[in-house]
Amino acid sequence: MLRDIYFTVVGFLRTFGALQLFFLRLLVNSPHIFFGRFRLVVQQVQNSGTLSLVIIMVSGFFVGGVLGLQGYSNLARFNAEDSVGTFAAFSLLKELGPVISALLFAGRAGTALASEIGLMKATDQLSAMEMMAVDPLPRVLVPRFLGGVISMPLLAAVFSAIGLLGAHLVGVNLLGVDAGAFWQQMQSTLDMSDVYEGIIKSVVFGVVVSLLAVWEGYNAIPTAEGVGRATTRTVVISAIAVLILDFMITAMAI
Amino acid sequence: MDSASDNVIEIQDLDYSRGPRQIFKGLNLSIGRGKVTAIMGPSGTGKTTLLRLITRQLRPDSGKILVDGVDIANLTQKQLYQLRRRFGMLFQNGALLTDISVFENVAFPLREHTRLPNRLIRHVVLTKLHAVGLRGAADLMPTELSGGMARRVALARAMVMDPEILIYDEPFVGLDPISMGVIVRLVRKMNDALGITSILVSHDVQEIAAVADCSLLLADGKVAASGSPDELNNTSSELVRQFMHGMADGPVAFHFAAPNYADQLLGRDSE
Repeated sequence: MLRDIYFTVVGFLRTFGALQLFFLRLLVNSPHIFFGRFRLVVQQVQNSGTLSLVIIMVSGFFVGGVLGLQGYSNLARFNAEDSVGTFAAFSLLKELGPVISALLFAGRAGTALASEIGLMKATDQLSAMEMMAVDPLPRVLVPRFLGGVISMPLLAAVFSAIGLLGAHLVGVNLLGVDAGAFWQQMQSTLDMSDVYEGIIKSVVFGVVVSLLAVWEGYNAIPTAEGVGRATTRTVVISAIAVLILDFMITAMAI
Repeated sequence: MDSASDNVIEIQDLDYSRGPRQIFKGLNLSIGRGKVTAIMGPSGTGKTTLLRLITRQLRPDSGKILVDGVDIANLTQKQLYQLRRRFGMLFQNGALLTDISVFENVAFPLREHTRLPNRLIRHVVLTKLHAVGLRGAADLMPTELSGGMARRVALARAMVMDPEILIYDEPFVGLDPISMGVIVRLVRKMNDALGITSILVSHDVQEIAAVADCSLLLADGKVAASGSPDELNNTSSELVRQFMHGMADGPVAFHFAAPNYADQLLGRDSE
């Protein structure tokens, strides 16, 4: 029993250490890929960004709509239904935008990345690259990692913007909150620091989700089962990491 | 001439084990320059492992692997990549990059290693594709190719940097007779026309006989026999005869190591 715990802890620490080394190798190789082979990065931004764009927009719209409804019915008890815009903006920019985007991004683009890289490994494509004297880490992994890191904050911004639109549609057009009050209150209460908090979160989540997806794919056992497991692990571990980090960043920001 | 220039690859006293299983013990072999050398052996004798050792995708436990007289064990990553540019390798299923077209697959090493202008790359790639008869397939994606075509594209890609040594990992597996014949002829043609050295892993005895100058038969972690395909065919060794004629039982036992049959059926082994 104690032995099992010992081995689990040691195993976890080993993996965590290896993950950090892997992260460092990605970072070291990032600048020359970003500046030297920018087209590869653009391709990946398009891949993972457009992959997630539709679900981000649809989800953002409905989450915003729900915020409008909930905000209105709750705030109406205090005769403060005009604040529904502020309520929605706070929720979206600081929390729901980055977090839900990251979860959706992990589910859509993260899994695609992990399974793509895992399959490349299983079908010897990575070995073939090494045999052609091309290191797969900068050529395959770094562009995908950077693509994820760049698209995640953009997706979170799209999510929040569409969410506000949804909240406006429900709050102003449907429930009759005054449009001027909706925007004016939002403008006067919201600080730039609130926006920054959201941006920082979305960047951190982008790094974490992309890192985990690339890592899981690269370390997948090169079989059908192994790739499947890597895909699942990407979603599960990303989701947990995002929620824990969200708590930590929020705690630091307050 | 000294032996180093006759043999491109020399392996001395190689030991390699994976987990508890020892795959090579004291393996010695040499591969002659400009020849087609076939490495044969029953499944599980480590033929593919040997290729991966020669190209240092794996490292031996002990022993030396010399490529042109240079021990590859101590090369830095940069030197290793320098060395690998002299190799071309054809993987079992081609291992084409699935996200880019046939043309881009063949162009891949050129784009990564050279700064040739696009026009020249186009020229080289089309020449190589023409040599394997697939110039017309340049714009297809790898998923649209049959197994034989994928392997021919991979061959074009392996040749595109004009390697000195071409390595084929089971190039005949799972091909129909026509594709098989095409690949056999290509292997021979490439070897002779370009003056390269070819190493071929396979267990298709007929095809090997048609194409190889020299065959090595691996068994029990060593080279069990070597010589031209004809010499191997007429050998007196039991093991070689079993392999060359595909007999089910012999020195390589039909049965995987197991407890006594009768005991196991009667349940006496569980006591």
